[in-house]
Amino acid sequence: MASNSIHWFRKGLRLHDNPALQEAFRGAGTVRCVYFLDPWFAGSSNVGVNRWRFLLQCLEDLDASLRKLNSRLFVIRGQPANVFPRLFKEWKVSRLTFEYDSEPFGKERDAAIKKLAMEAGVEVIVKISHTLYDLDKIIELNGGQPPLTYKRFQTLISRLDPPEMPVETLSDMLMGGCITPISEDHGEKYGVPSLEELGFDTEGLPSAVWPGGETEALTRIERHLERKAWVANFERPRMNANSLLASPTGLSPYLRFGCLSCRLFYFKLTDLYRKVKKNSSPPLSLYGQLLWREFFYTAATNNPRFDEMEGNPICVRIPWDKNPEALAKWAEAKTGFPWIDAIMTQLRQEGWIHHLARHAVACFLTRGDLWISWEEGMKVFEELLLDADWSVNAGSWMWLSCSSFFQQFFHCYCPVGFGRRTDPNGDFIRRYLPVLRGFPAKFIYDPWNAPESVQAAAKCIIGIHYPKPMVHHAEASRLNIERMKQIYQQLSRYRGLGLLASVPSTNGNGNGGMMAYSPGEQQSGTSNNNNSHLPGVSGSSVAAGNGSGSILFNFEGEEQTAPSSVGQKQQQRLHTLPQNQQQHGYDSVPDASPNMTSSRLYHEFAVPQHPGLLLHTRGSSTGKRERESEREGSGEEEPASCSMNKIQRQSAEISVKHNLWKRLMSFYEANATNSDCFDDANFPLPLPDLLGLMEMKLLENILVSCLRKSPASPPKLQVDITADSRRTQRTKTALSVFWGFFCPKFLEV
Amino acid sequence: MRVISPEFFLREPGLKRQVSFRIFLRTTTELCVKTTRMKRTKGGEEAGNGESPPEACKKVRTETSEESEAVAASESPHCDWSLLPQEILLHIFQYLPLLDRAYASQVCRGWNEAFHMPELWRCFEFELNQPASSYLKATHPDLIKQIIKRHSNHLQYVSFKSHFISALTVVFVNSKSLSSLKIDDTPVDDPSLKVLVANNSDTLKLLKMSSCPHVSPAGILCVADQCHGLRELALNYHLLSDELLLALSSEKHVHLEHLRIDVVSENPGQHFHTIKKSSWDAMVRHSPKFNLVMYFFLYEDEFGPFFNDEIPVTHLYFGRSVSKEVLGRVGLHCPRLVELVVCANGLRPLDEELIRIAKHCTQLSAIGLGECEVSCGAFVEFVKMCGRRLSQLSIMEEVLIPDHKYSLDEIHWEVSKHLGRVWFPDMMPTW
Repeated sequence: MASNSIHWFRKGLRLHDNPALQEAFRGAGTVRCVYFLDPWFAGSSNVGVNRWRFLLQCLEDLDASLRKLNSRLFVIRGQPANVFPRLFKEWKVSRLTFEYDSEPFGKERDAAIKKLAMEAGVEVIVKISHTLYDLDKIIELNGGQPPLTYKRFQTLISRLDPPEMPVETLSDMLMGGCITPISEDHGEKYGVPSLEELGFDTEGLPSAVWPGGETEALTRIERHLERKAWVANFERPRMNANSLLASPTGLSPYLRFGCLSCRLFYFKLTDLYRKVKKNSSPPLSLYGQLLWREFFYTAATNNPRFDEMEGNPICVRIPWDKNPEALAKWAEAKTGFPWIDAIMTQLRQEGWIHHLARHAVACFLTRGDLWISWEEGMKVFEELLLDADWSVNAGSWMWLSCSSFFQQFFHCYCPVGFGRRTDPNGDFIRRYLPVLRGFPAKFIYDPWNAPESVQAAAKCIIGIHYPKPMVHHAEASRLNIERMKQIYQQLSRYRGLGLLASVPSTNGNGNGGMMAYSPGEQQSGTSNNNNSHLPGVSGSSVAAGNGSGSILFNFEGEEQTAPSSVGQKQQQRLHTLPQNQQQHGYDSVPDASPNMTSSRLYHEFAVPQHPGLLLHTRGSSTGKRERESEREGSGEEEPASCSMNKIQRQSAEISVKHNLWKRLMSFYEANATNSDCFDDANFPLPLPDLLGLMEMKLLENILVSCLRKSPASPPKLQVDITADSRRTQRTKTALSVFWGFFCPKFLEV
Repeated sequence: MRVISPEFFLREPGLKRQVSFRIFLRTTTELCVKTTRMKRTKGGEEAGNGESPPEACKKVRTETSEESEAVAASESPHCDWSLLPQEILLHIFQYLPLLDRAYASQVCRGWNEAFHMPELWRCFEFELNQPASSYLKATHPDLIKQIIKRHSNHLQYVSFKSHFISALTVVFVNSKSLSSLKIDDTPVDDPSLKVLVANNSDTLKLLKMSSCPHVSPAGILCVADQCHGLRELALNYHLLSDELLLALSSEKHVHLEHLRIDVVSENPGQHFHTIKKSSWDAMVRHSPKFNLVMYFFLYEDEFGPFFNDEIPVTHLYFGRSVSKEVLGRVGLHCPRLVELVVCANGLRPLDEELIRIAKHCTQLSAIGLGECEVSCGAFVEFVKMCGRRLSQLSIMEEVLIPDHKYSLDEIHWEVSKHLGRVWFPDMMPTW
């Protein structure tokens, strides 16, 4: 007997490139495509009317497309877990298909449904098509942890095979003899509801700037590519006044709802690039928009608290203010800064804003001016922004508020200057804030500075017709940058004067492993158990991969001789350090009172404390003072002391797998006296290129200190053994340098 | 260091009072966590007593572990909380917020005594305003009264955030050995500074003031004149004067280590005074290694008085847009520059300016560029000139404009080569 299938639509609201949908039809007798909607929930949820309308339009379009294939969409009122068992029985279902949902709550829900289906004897087929890659593979490749820097993510991606090709669009042919039984009262029972039915007041609702649906998405992608072909420039378009407005080539909401397949987009871009650039292979940057999305999905997939600050292992805990009035002003476009208010108005009216506009308002709300938590901003976007996906929304907010991903925080968008540079004439402001229409360009970004006569002529008195600015930007940003600096200095233990150095760098080996998963925060969903017992293994502390290694290779000659002396100097330094302190009998005001939240950062971020290493430096009571005056005392040693700071920071982030350490030790014992031990066959393990050269000094210091403390247990040193299976000449050279340099020191112990 | 587990305290039978129970739970979870913090504070004090910090730390550590073992060993039903040695209590108290400490002090006589130990009162942060929206909790007024009454002579490191000047003055009057003082957003005025100076001139080493509009240049000058041990000073530009710099450069004065100046414009078109080159020269002669950190939050047209003459600035931060022209002057007149951060600039590439900075600012080791533009060719040239001393190079990807010399893909190679390490521009999500 041919099977009866259900395809369950959630995201992926399309017939093209929908592998799970195809599975539903394969060899089936009947197929019903369902979408679950809880009308009682709809009105009360915090999703705004624009997003609901977009969704309903998507469903309408889907229904229309299915009708052409003599099928229909079944919009089921209720919750999947409650309704599925009934549907399974009623429709004698033997197969359920749906698109894989990578988000933690989606995974949980799907697991429950799978269980239900299994109990009902229903086969479940799940296919990945919302993301380009299998995210678990990316995580696996990164040693079981999601990468925390975009750079690292790109490196991993470049090692993967390209995404799978899109599958064929559902057609009569693909459907075969498969039918959809449709009852007389289908419209009544399963029709797509209207906004009114969901309890929205649609009176005076302007027409949608972004019409939902697959058909629209496919029109747009053609336009999008045409325009790209026309400009024949694949670099990121420069921002200008025009790019602020909703574009008929914009795709992000369609990707969010899955009206457009990201793989289709990916391959169309590739084709176009090849055509225009005559077969040269496209750079990763071509897919920027898609990869960023992928990056955040990867970061979020095993982290159910990705959208929160508390308990979110990758999020810096920042003591944000609670200020509901200020938040409301921001959300309701009443900040008194035309640039911010115009963007927020556009967001509320149309459901989309340019990504730099997002940066501007996000910065203003959080680290720039209002010092309100990114979580609040994320909720507002969740309500209003068409393309706000849980992972991408939360991830971007953490990014923009410098709460994760090792962002430099020095750059604060000015709510006046940024807009003025983008759209000097102020047309964008006039479009969304008609009350300011009368102001000349000179004052339209800071109308409160306009003389009264100008305000009168514009028929808009600031403070009456349009609010005064809610903060003094210069003062607020001055204060906030200071707060950020304090917080990051606590995290990085950096005590110098520099602003830039307080953020762990994202470059090089991504030594920002500072934000490692703290012990006990391991995610249960991690498929790779091998190192789940290890604290502090973060993706970014793993050395970067092939591409970067090759650069280092070029410096081999220089590096080979240099490090040993530097290394020794550093070591001496580690030992002489504590004595310096006697000279310094005073301290600056210790950062804050003991109850200050930032001191808790140590805890949450618990960089695994390392007995061996930190002891040297932790004894230093007057961290900042001491290191600085030390630098002053010996000017020429500045670089050394700088790198020492780094060592201290990095030492904490790195950890080695136990068995790896054993292998290292036994290898060393076996070969310590054998000068030929550096040939290819003898290498105990392939180390990534980078380890070989760049981090030698670091490694040496770490290992020597660790061994001195506890030779029996492995030091916290992450060695990425997955990295390199090729053992190129390059790796070999790097390694021999590494061992040659490292081993004598090893012997002392 | 041996950490007392929460279970240990939970097992204790003598635990009846809720207050102490709560506190101990908090403490034990935080004890193991805040070791670093403890050592810093602790070490700071000990260093003052001439005892070397590592030893001091060791002492604390071993004491704690011995005691806790002792306590753990005597796990009998008769064990009494009041027997908890004062050292441990003190230690624990250090990690408690003031309010919890105050509650704890009501538990018994011993704890009350511990609460008033001078060691706990060296460092204090007064927060007196806006309890609702502040990012630190306000200190309770009664507590402040008590503190001032009993402990103002113990205070050494004090931080103030307050709209009430009275409390501050009381502290100044009663304190004898303040060494560090941080005053934020407080209407401190010249007379109260005079009181401070009169009582603490020998000990004051660090003074940080921000947003204190009631202090005049004369007021701060009086501090500089009297407090010869002052090594670190942070103030708003409107308090900076030639006289102040000369006073800080007087022979009687110790070498200054850090001077931090915030230049904030209150209203557009504000006029700023200038500082003579000779005054800066005097400073550099007196304290050749001092760091001058300057944060600018100005509109572009307010930079007129700045960077026309040589200035010994080491760390320079432009929090708002700064013009090409001003950056050109920076390149000419800031030979000691170590770190430069430019948040925003107009849309004309900063090519010549950067090259000039690379040429003249031979100490430059950190640079950050936000909303600016630089052509790739010029940027590579800049990096090449600075070479490996550029330990921090934070450039937003949008900053770099591809030109005929380099594309965006090539530039990371080129720059990495000159830096001797892998480098990438900072990227922002295209969302």
